[in-house]
Amino acid sequence: MADDIRALSAQLAQDPQSLVFLRLGEALRRKGQLDAAMRVATNGLERHPHLADAHDLYARILTDKHDYERAFDEWDMAVRIAPHHTGALKGLAFLYFKVGDLAQAEAHLEQARKVEPDDPSIDQAIAMMRKGTAPPAPTAATAESAPALASAPSATATTAAFDEARVFAGLEGAHEGLLLIDGAGRVLGGALKNGAGADVTDTVAAYLAGVSQEAARTAKLLGLGAWMGLSAEGQHGNVHLAHPTPQALLLVVRERGMPLGRLAILAQRATAMARRWLEKQ
Amino acid sequence: MSKALDLITRVRGVRGAMLVSAEDGLVVAEQLMEGIKGGAVAALAASLAGRLRRAMEAAGTGTSVFWHLQAEQGAILVVPGDATGGILVVAVAEPDVNIGLVRLELLRAAEAAI
Repeated sequence: MADDIRALSAQLAQDPQSLVFLRLGEALRRKGQLDAAMRVATNGLERHPHLADAHDLYARILTDKHDYERAFDEWDMAVRIAPHHTGALKGLAFLYFKVGDLAQAEAHLEQARKVEPDDPSIDQAIAMMRKGTAPPAPTAATAESAPALASAPSATATTAAFDEARVFAGLEGAHEGLLLIDGAGRVLGGALKNGAGADVTDTVAAYLAGVSQEAARTAKLLGLGAWMGLSAEGQHGNVHLAHPTPQALLLVVRERGMPLGRLAILAQRATAMARRWLEKQ
Repeated sequence: MSKALDLITRVRGVRGAMLVSAEDGLVVAEQLMEGIKGGAVAALAASLAGRLRRAMEAAGTGTSVFWHLQAEQGAILVVPGDATGGILVVAVAEPDVNIGLVRLELLRAAEAAI
């Protein structure tokens, strides 16, 4: 095992962009070197923030550290990125069982079984859970399967039931810098492209669901009432978040040259349009 | 560090300021009015900063330099930890605070805190 870790560390040092960090992190976790595993996983996540397996690895380490709340967030993120990620589904089932929500635990295991009907460990986990025994904490998917998992179709891509193009019709940047999502991170309208012109709509939508919840919790805890908007200045662009309805979230992204104040005005117009559109649905 | 926080709390409408470890959400230093739960705010601000950073990086805007959360009865303004060696500089303010001024003082405090 120690030799494996040395070899994997050397491989990662040679090619820091490679996915070998998944195997190294898992090897360290299994050896109980949780702090080292954590460092490997977080460094990997920095480089591959949209890789479901990276979130899955991080969640397993957090579970070993008994940080169940953050582990839940990470597995939740993994499922948002790759809805058929059985490791994350099993992880969520494990955590739901831990808090006594047997219905959710079983639902997640059933979902995992639909994806991998031939995996005996899922049947075993369901049987154990029905007997009142905790299903085992999920083990790692192999690093080799990571690309397939990462590229699994996301729910957001298949739920475009609305006529997205009409939400922001006539508004500047409607198809590359405006995004409307529901509370679960599913795209309702608009689209986003990054600086290289790649479509990042689904990925950003998945991350934003968590941002909205955190913003609401933070404002509530401080006794500041409902949150109205979040403006952020980035190195290469500025963003504004608003919620046209309690469930929906709107993101406006513009280049750095547009000041935050002007961005907020544009966001207000987009929010009003999104609200009207949502009311019509 | 307290000098850095002084710069921020001097601005009219600011109810408190904190330096927070971005990694674990713990308070490093604080100057808060009574009634503000510093520890909880720090934890949530760090968590929100982490999520926002990921969303912004995915959107191609790069790392966040400054963000503010506007609520009905106040605002939270933050200079994230990436530029300050993992320390978030956080201000809690009244709803009608001069955001531009607080932003400048937060950036100055961030420089002083490095």
